[in-house]
Amino acid sequence: MITFNINDTEVQAEPGWTVLETARQYEIEIPTLCYHEAVSSSGACRLCMVELKDGSWSKLVASCIYPVAEGINVYTETERVKNVRRWVFEMLLAQCPASGEIKQLAAKHGVESTRFSIKDPDEECMVCGLCTRACEEIVGLSAISMVDRGVHKKIGAPFSRPTEVCVACGCCVTICPTGAMRSRIDAVRGIPKITLTPLAV
Amino acid sequence: MFNGNVALKTEVNRLNSHTDLNDFRQQILDSYDPDRPEILVCHGTGCIANGSVELTQALKKACQTMGVDAKIMPGIKSTGCQGLCSKGPLVHIKPHGLFYQRVKAKNAEEIIQKTIIENKPVKHLLYKDPQTGELFHKEEDIPFYKKQKRYVLKNIGKIDPTRIEDKIAVGGYQALAKALTTMTPEQVVEQITKSGLRGRGGAGFPTGRKWQGALKAIEKKGRPVYVVVNGDEGDPGAFMDCAIMEGDPHAVLEGLILGAYALGAEMGYLYIRAEYPIAIKHLQIAMEQAKAYGLLGENILGSDFCFNAQINRGAGAFVCGESTALFTSIEGKAGNPRPKYVRSVEEGLWGRPTVLNNVETWANVPMIVENGADWYANIGVPKSTGTKVFCLVGKVNNVGLVEVPMGTPLAEIVENIGGGLPGGAPFKAVQTGGPSGGCIPYHLKDLPVDFDSLTKAGAMMGSGAMIVMDDRDCVVDVARYFLRFLEEESCGKCLPCRLGLSRMREILDNFSHGCGEEKDIDDLMGLAQAIQDGALCALGSSAPNPCLTTIKFFKDEYIAHVRDQKCPAGVCKDLITYSIDPEACTGCMSCSRQCPQGCISGEKKKPHAIDESACIRCGICMETCKFKAVIVR
Repeated sequence: MITFNINDTEVQAEPGWTVLETARQYEIEIPTLCYHEAVSSSGACRLCMVELKDGSWSKLVASCIYPVAEGINVYTETERVKNVRRWVFEMLLAQCPASGEIKQLAAKHGVESTRFSIKDPDEECMVCGLCTRACEEIVGLSAISMVDRGVHKKIGAPFSRPTEVCVACGCCVTICPTGAMRSRIDAVRGIPKITLTPLAV
Repeated sequence: MFNGNVALKTEVNRLNSHTDLNDFRQQILDSYDPDRPEILVCHGTGCIANGSVELTQALKKACQTMGVDAKIMPGIKSTGCQGLCSKGPLVHIKPHGLFYQRVKAKNAEEIIQKTIIENKPVKHLLYKDPQTGELFHKEEDIPFYKKQKRYVLKNIGKIDPTRIEDKIAVGGYQALAKALTTMTPEQVVEQITKSGLRGRGGAGFPTGRKWQGALKAIEKKGRPVYVVVNGDEGDPGAFMDCAIMEGDPHAVLEGLILGAYALGAEMGYLYIRAEYPIAIKHLQIAMEQAKAYGLLGENILGSDFCFNAQINRGAGAFVCGESTALFTSIEGKAGNPRPKYVRSVEEGLWGRPTVLNNVETWANVPMIVENGADWYANIGVPKSTGTKVFCLVGKVNNVGLVEVPMGTPLAEIVENIGGGLPGGAPFKAVQTGGPSGGCIPYHLKDLPVDFDSLTKAGAMMGSGAMIVMDDRDCVVDVARYFLRFLEEESCGKCLPCRLGLSRMREILDNFSHGCGEEKDIDDLMGLAQAIQDGALCALGSSAPNPCLTTIKFFKDEYIAHVRDQKCPAGVCKDLITYSIDPEACTGCMSCSRQCPQGCISGEKKKPHAIDESACIRCGICMETCKFKAVIVR
C-alpha cells in the first residue's frame, strides 16, 4: 500500500492507482468530464487538476492520470486549482451552451455564468474524446475518431461520412459526459449490411 | 578545407581505427594546395533566395570562359549559412581571406578577373560599416563577426556540408575516435555532466542529468534505449537548428553517435521538419558517407560498437517539437502530446528509455568530448556554460546567425553584434524564445542572456530566436500574433489550450479594435494563469508568456488601448489615423500616386491632405514619404 495525503488527510492506495481513483475511494469530490473508469484516462478536460505541494514547491497535475506516490501532499481545493476549474467551466459554458450536464456540474462548483461570447447555441460536444476511446477500447472498432487539429478538432467517422464499421451499439451515446453523442450518432452510423430475415411463424 | 576540384579518392575504404582516421585526414590535408584559391559561396536559405545558386553557376562559367590558369583555377564550394544574412549572398575567398557581401551573378566575372587573376579586392563588394563608412576586407575584422565566439558555428560556412572529407579535414569524428579508443561510456556521460551543458531546445535541462536518468532507467528496464535528435524547429524567427543541420550535419551526427555510445543505444532517430528539405538532404548524405567510411553502422571505427540512425520527417505540426508529441509522431500516430508524469528518459519512444536532445545540444557534444569538460565549463557563466546560437531578426541592422558565450548582455548582442537598429534609435523590446518566450524591455538591456536570468525576467531562452522591436511595434499586436500562431498549432487535446488560447486572442482582438475594458486585462491575466497551470504540455503552459511579459513591462500601452482607444505604436488600424503635416509636406505627390484608395488630394508643390473616411490605414503613404510629413496618431 502507498500512503500519502489528500487535503492533509492520510489516505492509502494500491500501487498503480491514480490520485483520482484514490480520492473517489475516499469520497473526496474532484469534478471530471472526460474520465470514465471503463476506459483509459487521457487528461483532456483538466477539470480534475489538483495541486501537489512540498514546502514552497508546488505544481498542478491532472489527478486522473497522476500516479500515486509515497508521501505526496495533494490538495483539491486551493486557489490555483479553483482558478483553473473556474476558467475551464466558463469556457465550457460558452462552448457547449446546449449541454445540461455541463451546466449542472458547473453550477455545483459555483460557476453559473460565462464572460465569453457564445458561438453556437446548439453545441453540446466538448471534444474530450471519451466516445472515441470507448469505441476503440470497449467495442474494439474505432468507428469514430478525432478529426482535424486544435480549434478545428471534432469527433467524426472517416471522411465525415456515415460508416459501415459502426454497429450502432450506442456505447458512445451512453458514455458521453455532455449528451452530445445523442444527436451525432446518426451522422456516424451507416446502414447495416445484414438483411433481416422475417421470423418463422 | 581541401580544394573542391581535386578528385581525392574514388573508392571508399572503411576506416577501422583511430590511426586510419588520422591517416585519412593527413591524406586530405596533404592534397590541399594552400596557394590555390577557393571561393566559398553561402547557400543558407536567405542567400539562396537572393540568388547564390545562380551566382555559383556564374562563377563556374566565368572560370571556364575567362581562361583562368590551371594553377590558380579556384575551387568553388557551396557552404552552409555564413551568418550575416541581411547582406547576402555572401562570398568568402581563400587564401586572400576576402569577404564579399550582396554579391550577384553579374559580379562573377569581376571577382574572377580582379581577385582570382589579379589578386585585388573588388572594393564595391566589401562590407562597409553603416555608421562609420569604414571598409572591411576580412570577415574576422567586421564587428558582427569579431564580437562573436563561434564554436558550434565554427565550421559552418567554411566547409562543404555534402563532403565528409571536408569535415574530417577540420577534425570531424576525432571526438568519436577519442571516445571509442580512450573512454568508457560512463566517462563520456561524466564529461557531459561535468561540462554543465544544458539542453538548447528551450527549457535548459542539464544534459548530463538527463543521460544519467536514462542510465538509471536502463538499469531498471534494460535495453533497448533510443537516442533522438529534435530537429522540429518551428518558432517564428528561428533558424539556427536549420543552419546547423544544413551547414555542418556531421557535427549533429557525431554528437548523436557519441550519445549512443555513452548510453549503449543501437538505434537513433533524427526527427526533422519536412519544411527543411536541405537539412534533410544534407543529413541523409552525411549518414550515407559516414556509413561508407565505417563511422556509422556496424563496428564503428573497427570497434564492437554498432549504431544505426534514421531520419523521420515531421509533417508540419509545431507541437511535434514537444518531446512526447514527437515520440507519438515517430511511432506513427497523430502527433498529440501525452502526459509527462513519467519522464521521457524512463518511458519515451515505444515506452523505452529515450534521450531526446535538440540539434544544437547534440552539436555541442563532440567538442566537449574532444576538448574536455573543464575547457567547456570555462566558456559562458557558471550555471549556463558554453555558447548559444541566436537568430537575430526584426528591426536590427545585421540580421543573421550569431553565437555568443552564455551570459553575454542583451545590449552587446543587439547593439554591438547586431549593429543596432536602422536609424540608430534604441530598441523597445527583444522577444526571446519565440512564442513560448517573453519580451524583454530596453531598461533590462544589460540583462545577461543565460537560462536563469531570462527565466527570472519572465522570458525564456527558448530555442534562440531574438526578435528586435522598435517603437513602431505594438506589444498588443505582438502578443496577438504569437497567440494566433499557437492557437493554430495547438493539437486540441486539452481544453485550456484549445479553448483558452482562442479566448485570450479574442480579448486581445477586442483591445486592438478599441472595444476592451480595463477589467479585461485582469481577466486576461487570470485566464493566462489557468492555462499555465492547466495545460497538458509545454506548448500550452508556455503560450501565455508573450502576453504576460508584455503586460508586465508595457502595461501603460495596454491601458492606452482600452482606456484611451489609442495605439501608441501606430499599428492597430482601428485606433489610428494618418494625417499630413502641412509644414513638412513639399507637395511632391508621391504619396497620392501610391495611395491604393486614392484618398490623398493636393496640388503639386502644395501641402496634401488625407481623406480619413476613405483611408484604410495601410501606411503606404508613410513608407513612401521622404520628408516624414505623414504622421500617425
